[in-house]
Order: sequence, then C-alpha cells, then structure tokens
Amino acid sequence: MVEPLPTSSSGEQHAGSLPPELAEVTRDERSLRRFLHGLPGVDQVGLEQRAAGLATRSIKKDAKSWAIDTAIGMVDLTTLEGADTEGKVRALAAKARRPDADYPDVPAVAAVCVYPDLAATAAEALAGSGVGVASVATAFPSGRSSRQVKLSEVELAVSAGASDVDMVIDRGAFLSGRYGQVFEEIRAVKAACGSAHLKVILETGELATYDNVRRASWLALLAGGDFIKTSTGKVSPAATLPVTTLMLQTVRDWRDRTGAPRGVKPAGGIRTTKDAMRYLVAVHEVAGPEWLTPELFRFGASSLLGDLLMQRRTQRTGHYSAADYVAVDA
Amino acid sequence: MSFWEYAPAPESASVANLHDRYRMFVDGEFADGSGAPLKSINPATGEPLAEVATAAESDVDTAVRAARNAFERTWGPMPGSERAKYLFRIARLIQERGRELAVLETLDNGKPIKEARDTDIPTAAAHFFHHAGWADKLGYAGYGPDPRPLGVAAGIIPWNFPLLMLAWKIAPALACGNTIVLKPAETTPLTALVFGELCQEAGLPPGVVNVLPGAGDVGARLVAHPDVDKVAFTGSTAVGKEIQRTLAGTGKKLTLELGGKAANIVFDDAPLDQAVEGVVNGIFFNQGQVCCAGSRLLVQESVADELLGKLRARMETLRVGDPLDKNTDVGAINSAEQLARITELVEAGEAEGASRWSSSCPLPERGFFFSPTVFGEVQQSMRIAREEIFGPVLSVLTFRTPDEAISKANNTPYGLSAGVWTEKGSRILWAAQQLRAGVVWANTFNRFDPTAPFGGYQESGFGREGGRAGLEAYLDV
Repeated sequence: MVEPLPTSSSGEQHAGSLPPELAEVTRDERSLRRFLHGLPGVDQVGLEQRAAGLATRSIKKDAKSWAIDTAIGMVDLTTLEGADTEGKVRALAAKARRPDADYPDVPAVAAVCVYPDLAATAAEALAGSGVGVASVATAFPSGRSSRQVKLSEVELAVSAGASDVDMVIDRGAFLSGRYGQVFEEIRAVKAACGSAHLKVILETGELATYDNVRRASWLALLAGGDFIKTSTGKVSPAATLPVTTLMLQTVRDWRDRTGAPRGVKPAGGIRTTKDAMRYLVAVHEVAGPEWLTPELFRFGASSLLGDLLMQRRTQRTGHYSAADYVAVDA
Repeated sequence: MSFWEYAPAPESASVANLHDRYRMFVDGEFADGSGAPLKSINPATGEPLAEVATAAESDVDTAVRAARNAFERTWGPMPGSERAKYLFRIARLIQERGRELAVLETLDNGKPIKEARDTDIPTAAAHFFHHAGWADKLGYAGYGPDPRPLGVAAGIIPWNFPLLMLAWKIAPALACGNTIVLKPAETTPLTALVFGELCQEAGLPPGVVNVLPGAGDVGARLVAHPDVDKVAFTGSTAVGKEIQRTLAGTGKKLTLELGGKAANIVFDDAPLDQAVEGVVNGIFFNQGQVCCAGSRLLVQESVADELLGKLRARMETLRVGDPLDKNTDVGAINSAEQLARITELVEAGEAEGASRWSSSCPLPERGFFFSPTVFGEVQQSMRIAREEIFGPVLSVLTFRTPDEAISKANNTPYGLSAGVWTEKGSRILWAAQQLRAGVVWANTFNRFDPTAPFGGYQESGFGREGGRAGLEAYLDV
C-alpha cells in the first residue's frame, strides 16, 4: 500500500513553491523513490578525478587574501563535545565576533555552532554581533530517537534564539529505503524551525555511495532544507572534496530546476587554509561564483579558523607568525 | 572584488634552459644541418623561441648510415638485458629532467603546463619503462622464441605531443633491437633535440638514436631511403596515404596512425556530470589537437538539453590563456596555420547552418588562441561532422536509439577511438563490440597507458602502438 506523504501545511513555503513536477514526485513514497532512483548516476572515478583537478588550482596573493577573508566569513565555528560548558561557548563567541584582536579588519565568522542546551548561552554572548547561532538538534549525532524528542530539541534551539538548525537525517531509514519517512521528518523539522534556517546533515560517510549522497541531497532539498551539510564530524570519513563537489552539483541542478539557490556546508576534517581554498575553488567552478557567500556556503569547523588567521597574518607581514599570536579556539 | 579572479601562477620559462640555437643529433653528436635553419615559434606569443638547424638530403643519408652501423655493430647484437638498462636509464633521465622538459614542451607547443607536466612527460617516461621491461622478454611476447629486429626504423611524428610521440616510436624500436632516425615536427622540434642530450647522458651508443629536424621534405627523403627497414608515421591522413604509396612494393614495414573523428556517445542513463567532464576532456584536452579527440558528441535526445546546459556551464569555467600558468585549462593553438584551418572549418559549420556557441572567456591579445566552441544542430552530412578539425571544436549530434547511436558513430571514414557513457555494463560491452574504433573508452576518455595498444581502422591507419601488440611492428615476425 502506498501511503500519501503529508501535504504541505502552514509555514512550509518551500514545498508550496516547488514547480508542479517536483511537487508531484513528493506525492507518495513510490513516486519519491522512482524520482530518486531515476536521478543520473554518479561515476566514482570521474567524480574523484574532477575533485582532484579542482584541487590543483593555484591561489596566490590577492586571490588568496580575498579567499581567506571569504572563508573566515563562512566559518560556523563549532564546538560539539560532551565536555562543552558555558565558559567554552562564551570563549568561542568572543573569538567569533573578533577573530584576531590585532587585526580589527578581520571579518566575523558566520555563526557559532553548539548543542541545543547551549544555544541560549551562545545567543546571549553573540547578541547584536550579527554572528548567527547554529544549533545541532534532532538527537545529534546519531539521530536515533523519537520524532517527538527530535522536534522538542528543535524547539529548544529555536526558542533559545538559534538562527540555524543543523538536523541529522535518519540514516537507518534512508539506507533501508524508507525515503518517505526521511522526507516527512525533514518537513516536520522545517516546520518547527520557523524563521530559522535548516541545514540537513546527510552524514555522507554512512551513506557509503555517491549515488546515495546525490539521492539524499535531493531528498533534503525536496523536503525544504535550506542547506545540505556533509557530516556531523563524528563519523569518518567526514567532509571530502568529491562529496562536496557532488553536493554543489546538486544545488546547482536544484537552482536550474526551481530557480531557488540552496546552500552547502562541508563539515569535519577541514583544518587548513589550503583545504579551505580547495573547497572554495569547487564552489566557484561547480556551483558558480554566486555561491561564494556565507548565505550559500559554510565551513563546519573548529580549528580551521586558527589556520586561516595565521595565513592571513603571513599574507600581510610576509613571514609566518608563531601559533601563540592567534587565540586558541577556546 | 565582486567575484574571484585567481592570481596568475606562471611557471618560470627559465626552467626550460632554452638555447638560442638547436642542432640536429646524428651518430651521438650534435651537428649543424645542411638545410636552411628554421625558427621555432612560441604559439602563445607568436614570437620566435629558437633557431633550429634542419637536415638536407645528405644529412638523411648520414643519419641512416649511422643508424645502420649502430644496428650492425653495437645495438643489434647486444643482449636484450643490456638494451633494457639503457632504456631504464633514459626513462629515469626523463623523470629527472621532467620539469625542464615540461616547460620546454609548453613553450614550443602551446599546451597548458599542467598537461605537459601531468600527462606528456610522465607518460613518455612510462613508455620507456614499459618497453625496457620487454627488451629481454621478446621471446615471450608471442612472436616465436627468438623474434629478430628489423634494422633501421624511421619515425615521423606530429606536433601535438612532441615528446610523447617520440617515446611511442623510440622506446619500442630500441627495445626490439632496432636503431632509429626520428624526424620531429617542423613546429615542435625542441624536446626531441634535448632528448639527444638524454641519449648522451645515458651513454647510448652513437647512431642508435638520431634526430633530424626539418619539414615534410626531410620526412619524404627519410621514408624513401633505401636503407630504412621500417617506417612509423603519426600525422595526417593525406601524408599517410602518400607514404603508403611510396612504400608500396618495397617490402618495408609500415605503421600509420592518422586522423580521427571520434564519437563520444552519451546514453540517457549516463552519469551526466561525469559525462560532461569526459566530453570536456575528450575535446578540449590539448586544445582538441588530438587525433583521438572526442570531436563528435552523440547524445541521446532525452537528455540532450540537460547535458548541453551542463556542458556550456562547464565550458564557461575553462580558463584559456598563458600555457605556462598553472591555472590554465586551454592553451594556445600550435601554429598560425593551424589556427587558420580551425577558423575556416568553423566558418563552414556556421555557413552550413549549425548553431555555434563559444565560451565567453577572454582570449589573450597575442598568440594563437581559439575559444572552446560547440556546434549544436549538426547533421551527419555537414563538413564539421565529417572532417577532422583538430581544434577545440565539438560537433553535437543526437540519437534516439542505441542502434542509431552506433550507426552514426560508425558513419565516418575514420576509426581511431570512441567513448561510451552509460551506467549499464551490458550496454558498454555491446557498444564496444559494435563500434569500429581502435580504442573504446567507457565512462572515461583520453586515457593512455603504455600497456594498452593504440591504433585505428580505415583512414585512421593501421598497426598498433603500445602493449604486446605494439612490439610486432618492430619485429621480424
């Protein structure tokens, strides 16, 4: 029996604005499955070659300075440890507002990303700064809990002032082919987000194949996700350049189909300026230059900012500074 | 900055150790040729790079005599295991001087440094390594227990992959115990002459390798020389036919690797994003100046619009310009003459009613450059669907059924290579059997390996280079 998927209710403008043929594919489990499995395949060798090619662009001087500042403005400065405290979140918030005390022209980061119980602390510490508060919700990182628990986490985050909600999908449901269930859950979370942006974490390391990554990306976008995000950072492999390239292709395809731009956030394992440059090249050449903005691309990272600041100093002073000249990431 | 301009990242031209003058390499020594010297031009600027001595008729005789002597006295009688040592040494020397050779190749040919550095030079070295391995194992190649060398080989190579084509000719010739006289192309002789230095460094006996720069007349003289036993030619179909006429009845062995008009077939279940990459690599690699370039895109009608949309977007990201810049994807066309030929064929395409679309990337003001170009609405009967353009110009045709794809793909006087893009393994095998082409790539394009035989059907020539099959052309079997 084919259960119809819930039709869009209040607050779900995304679904309402889908072009008719895409709205149609979300009608029931069967049409959703048919659509996702009808997407063009991904050739592993070809995708990895393309990503390797993107990594060979040589970025220097002005291009590098611009890219460093752009990357800093795209960082979701993240702390997601069991040992997180209010103090650590405040320290991170201070760094987010003013990343390098010696250089006031350094842009602020995009957001600080915390667990939902610390979202209020982060929101308070960042009030008036323009830096967003991102909160991982929905039983992060496993996603293994009841719908009710997941939604109340989202409500906790949003009521504390989170501007972004980073949800995890139910990988178990996805891998067992229950696409309708994943779709429905993302819809419900989106509705609970209110005006907050929804980033959908696919945990690509657990999806195992590039075909699955493409299907999950489309599923998240169909269900109203504003961003698709690679990973929680708790599973290896986390973000990779080929996976991010694939997700960038997907948001570009989505824009071509619907006219609406959606964002991409690689997270986990991006630690150096060199890595970040490679991701920006992918953004530039795969999705397009209009994606080179924090509105549409974010780095989920905890230690990347430190290296970006060190490299920024190197660009300006012509020599490498010792790590102690840059504040440690709390 | 409203959008991101990568900073220029030019490789230093000084790495090439460019000399003012280059001399021919005969009998282990560099010598002035008796022909009128030619100027090698840097296609990226249009300015002369160096003066190059050329061979006259007498020099051809001298070189062939040196090769004959070396064949009879040193190289021919030498055990295979000894020859292998020289080949390994040459392979290592190519690697050691790889950066210098890559920059020199880029200056002389106009190809992007990343292609010279990542494809041409490493693959050239790989050919020497591969054939070095065969030198003492010829008895196990399937041509009898003791296959013999032919004698003196003549290699005539084109300008699109100067050092790589040199390796394709010299490595198997030497591995099989032949000596060789090589004529590099008129517009790209420099790396072949530096290769002479490598032969000296490797201690190769004099006369085993000889390099005679010059134009077609030198090649013609070499081909017709009575003391040459084997001719290996890579180049245009017209010249190939002429060589075949010259050699008819002489008993000399001949292999021809000529033009192509390869079909790159994209079925509706293909991995589209990777197919776009393959199409780009198929036709814009080395500015499309590749005999096996995928110059005809055959795309299934049901995905044609989607694929072409993606292709155009991808082409907009191709960076055309200074070949020495590490960020450059598409470099310079090899010569003014070649640029004129491409322009003429593209104008013919427009006149025949195909719709032209070119990338909007800016072109350098100097030098020989051509925008990556795609023609839509191409019909089988048009010149741009039939003639080899040898430039960054893709003709797009559509098909409705797999049989139609195969019949259009095979409807060409050429048959060098083809590409198939589909997620269905059985369709790959079926298509590969149907396609009349020497190489069929599946879900990839323009990949080369010394272990894989390469060669064509029909007007694309005959004989194979590379792999076990490639040895046959240099052995008396």
